[in-house]
Amino acid sequence: MTPAEGRRFSATALAWMMLGEWRAHPGRVVVAALAVAVGVALGFAVHLINGSAQAELSRAMRTINAEADLAVRASTPLGFDEALYATLARAPGIAAASPVVELPARFGAGLPKSFQGSGLSLLGLDPLRAGEVTPSLVATAAGLAASAPERVFDADVVSLSPAALTASGAKLGQRVIITAGGRSATFRVGGILPLGDGAQQIAVIDIAAAQWAFGCLGRLQRIDLTLAPGAASPRVEADLRKRLPAEAQVVTDSTQARRGDNLTLAYRVNLQMLALVALLTGAFLVYSAQSLSVARRRPQFALLRVLGLERRGLLAQVLAEGVVVGGTGALLGLGLGLGLAAATLRILGGDLGSGFFQGATPDLVVEPLAALVFFALGLAAALLGSVLPALEAGRARPGIALKDLGDPGEGDTRRSALWGLGLLAAGALAALAPAVYGVSLFGYLSIGLLLAGGVAAMPWLARTLLAPLQRAAPRGVVLELALSRLWGAPSQAAVALCGIVASVSLMAAMGVMVTSLRGSVDDWLGDILPGDMLFRVESGGFDPDQQARIAAAPGITGVLFQKSLPMQLSPDHPPAMLVVRRVAAGAPVDALPIIGRTAQVPAGATPVWISEPASRLYGIAVGERLTLPLPRAPEVFVAGVWRDYARQAGAIAMDDADYAKLTGDRMRNEASVTLQPGVRPRAAARAIRAAVPAELAAQVQFVETSQMRAIALRVFDSSFALTYALEAIAIAVGLAGVAATMSAQTLARTKEFGMLRHVGVLRRQIIAMLACEGAALGAVGLVAGLGLGLAMSQVLIHVVNPQSFHWTMETRIPLGLFASLAAGLIGACALTAVLSGRRALSADAVRAVREDW
Amino acid sequence: MRGPPTSPMLALTGLRKTVPGGRVLFEALDLEVAPDEIVAVMGESGVGKSTLLNLVAGLDEADSGRIAIAGQPLEALDDDGRTRLRRDKIGFVFQAFHILPHLSLAQNVALPLVLQGAGGAVGVERATAMLDAVGLAGRAAARPSQLSGGELQRVALARALVHRPALVLADEPTGNLDPETADRILHLFAQQVRGSGAAAILVTHSERAAAVADRRLRLTSAGLVPHDAR
Repeated sequence: MTPAEGRRFSATALAWMMLGEWRAHPGRVVVAALAVAVGVALGFAVHLINGSAQAELSRAMRTINAEADLAVRASTPLGFDEALYATLARAPGIAAASPVVELPARFGAGLPKSFQGSGLSLLGLDPLRAGEVTPSLVATAAGLAASAPERVFDADVVSLSPAALTASGAKLGQRVIITAGGRSATFRVGGILPLGDGAQQIAVIDIAAAQWAFGCLGRLQRIDLTLAPGAASPRVEADLRKRLPAEAQVVTDSTQARRGDNLTLAYRVNLQMLALVALLTGAFLVYSAQSLSVARRRPQFALLRVLGLERRGLLAQVLAEGVVVGGTGALLGLGLGLGLAAATLRILGGDLGSGFFQGATPDLVVEPLAALVFFALGLAAALLGSVLPALEAGRARPGIALKDLGDPGEGDTRRSALWGLGLLAAGALAALAPAVYGVSLFGYLSIGLLLAGGVAAMPWLARTLLAPLQRAAPRGVVLELALSRLWGAPSQAAVALCGIVASVSLMAAMGVMVTSLRGSVDDWLGDILPGDMLFRVESGGFDPDQQARIAAAPGITGVLFQKSLPMQLSPDHPPAMLVVRRVAAGAPVDALPIIGRTAQVPAGATPVWISEPASRLYGIAVGERLTLPLPRAPEVFVAGVWRDYARQAGAIAMDDADYAKLTGDRMRNEASVTLQPGVRPRAAARAIRAAVPAELAAQVQFVETSQMRAIALRVFDSSFALTYALEAIAIAVGLAGVAATMSAQTLARTKEFGMLRHVGVLRRQIIAMLACEGAALGAVGLVAGLGLGLAMSQVLIHVVNPQSFHWTMETRIPLGLFASLAAGLIGACALTAVLSGRRALSADAVRAVREDW
Repeated sequence: MRGPPTSPMLALTGLRKTVPGGRVLFEALDLEVAPDEIVAVMGESGVGKSTLLNLVAGLDEADSGRIAIAGQPLEALDDDGRTRLRRDKIGFVFQAFHILPHLSLAQNVALPLVLQGAGGAVGVERATAMLDAVGLAGRAAARPSQLSGGELQRVALARALVHRPALVLADEPTGNLDPETADRILHLFAQQVRGSGAAAILVTHSERAAAVADRRLRLTSAGLVPHDAR
């Protein structure tokens, strides 16, 4: 036979065998393909959503920064002294500089329509300088109002990006109100910026008008720079850094990109890993399905070997089945993922409800390379699930297998224990490794190894868990038969348990992690939300007089004012938050949920307390000193660490008096209020509004502490919505796998049932035996899955979360989830076994004993 | 009965086989089977009849001795080589039929041809002709589940001969059939084997089945002896 002939026989024989098998058992193939499809769909969708959101984020960054080679940005919204502009404009290597006032703003006066505002960036520019450095931020002739093209930089004229024009609802020449920094001003729309139809909302006005109208005279937030021809950017950057005060930092495209990336990296990786875990579950289900299929077809394979099919031909057949199942599942998954991504972007936005990206809904960016990668991953998962069954098929000795009655022989369970324990130990070791570039890669590897170890140890574990029941020598033929069967065939039990253990353990791990985090967040909210009511203004704030008047308002027992101020500690990280509130150096626990030890504040030092994420992100420990990017670059002493789940980019708490002394800034924009007994929050809100000027009063937002707590928990739940959805899918896929596995195993025992019927076992006794077997199998899977899940949850809680999100939590066990999981799983296993048993018993018992397969 | 062939289809020389535990199944086993000759091998259960067939088919390995099929020594071949030899030179009939339930009758019969490299269509065409020859004309597209035991064994017989093997190995081919059906199958078996020019070894407990053979041998631990020599 020539090699070409060999290939032909392979193709025809494989096609016949595969098509025959699939025609006979389409349900099992569909479940296996669906398992792969779900994993691929989730992974691809999360990737597309992240990619689209990142593309939108970087487009927004590029739009606001325009074409500047370099920019110097303020570390806080307070900005830096405008005198820096003159210094930088004369610096070596700089060809042109353009000073910028940059303020978060919105259209209209009064209360914003939503908590997040409208996402408008207000830029104050010098038209001549901006024309040189960032020409796309200057309205071109084509975009100017025909009535007065020369007046585009008059003090009352604003140029809008196309997205801002749409959002404002105004037309060229009409007037719009813009609110920023707690102040409102009216402008006439005089031009449209040449920025294309992107979603970024930008409004450009004259720089002096911006400083005057919005109360930031003498301050700048940014200076855009153009390098001189031939000037090397790194050298110029290094030179500039020497000239900058603490409140300003050099920003390049790469630092911007890193900052954007850091903002969401952990969240993205977490979701991506969850999706890959779903794919891994799919691989286990494919393994389960293929193993059973191979076990059932052992005599068929033996016949083929006897008839002259080479060992590698059998391997090829089982692997080809895996490829077709994986390929079909992966293709289906890509389609589902595309649809899921489009729907999610439309419904939840680019941040999947996490609140990272605000503003417009990003367009779906389809990446063919990513599609190829996820297709390959789906294929690899199916192949991975098929390799062991294929090797087993190839290893079978045809002479013996032809005499086989259908039950595969049992291996040595000690070997499974060794493999399992080895993998579990490797998983435990991996959990000790540090994060890699801020990503808990080894944490996820640890979870994968624990999962693999648990599954590998299943034959041994199944026998160990069943041993007490076996030793108890149960009364009654039904229970005895059921337990003998499970005890005698631990490998088969393990194959059935593989999918159950994988999905139960993942479910349990996620359940414990989410319950622990939610419980810790709930406790934390109790600590961090004092008083009966909170209020805030979006921008600007309350001066000391207004604060005093509010404190004296009727119905109020006490008011604690505070201020939150974004502060750029490093150009590579998103800004941390400076939280200014009353914190007593001697008793910080009264104001903050302090964790760990606190340090004695040295005489003369200014104490700060850093949040847990800030401590981990910047590697700052208690007792260290830190220079803050505030005016005169004050050095502060880190006196303690506090728990904070709200600001993932980190926060630093400083006592109100210290902040005022360092900055002279006495404006406060947030407060918590304790009401006198019997006073209604609404009445207190009216009293507070009456205590401040009408323009400010219109901007004050109130919320009751209890409502805030409920809102925060609702936001928490919605941000974990995708996690819950992934969990639900894992449960569904796991149960489908359980059903397919139980059904396949039961149907493969038709002969055994026929024999039992022959020797006088009643039909209902066989059904009861199957129910007992199913329930016992479910119980073993549940115990093993929960145990493994608890171990994996500890990796999630103590490794993945601290490394990815920089927070810790106390373990809480979701007993309700565990109980319903136990009932659902054991019930589903027993029911599936009974239903499949009924089907298997419907065949004539005599024929069942005599038939070949 | 025919005289010993000058060029045997199957030659076994000095075969010895032990089972795990050290028990000797047989030793110094010699046998030659000529083309067109059917040899019946009888013996008690557990004496090693099926093992002998497995050794001849290259599915098991002897402790010592030589096996040659159509002049090709088995010991010179690796697993793939033995598999190819089975594919090209041997046909099998089993007690339990072993017909694949999800393939049509024609596909089942065509399997050896397809494994040899014949296209699916060519294989099915020749398989259909073979089904006609064993009395299953017009049933090529039927499924195994629609057939009786006797009919299934006819399909197995057709599959064993469709690729014109040099040697047919039959292991209790009528063990699952009633006496009348068994007689018909045995008659068909003998007719088809002799018509194809192959040699055959028929392992059986049944005197009635062994009656169709040209020679009847009994397997003992000392090797093969004429069935009547007690």
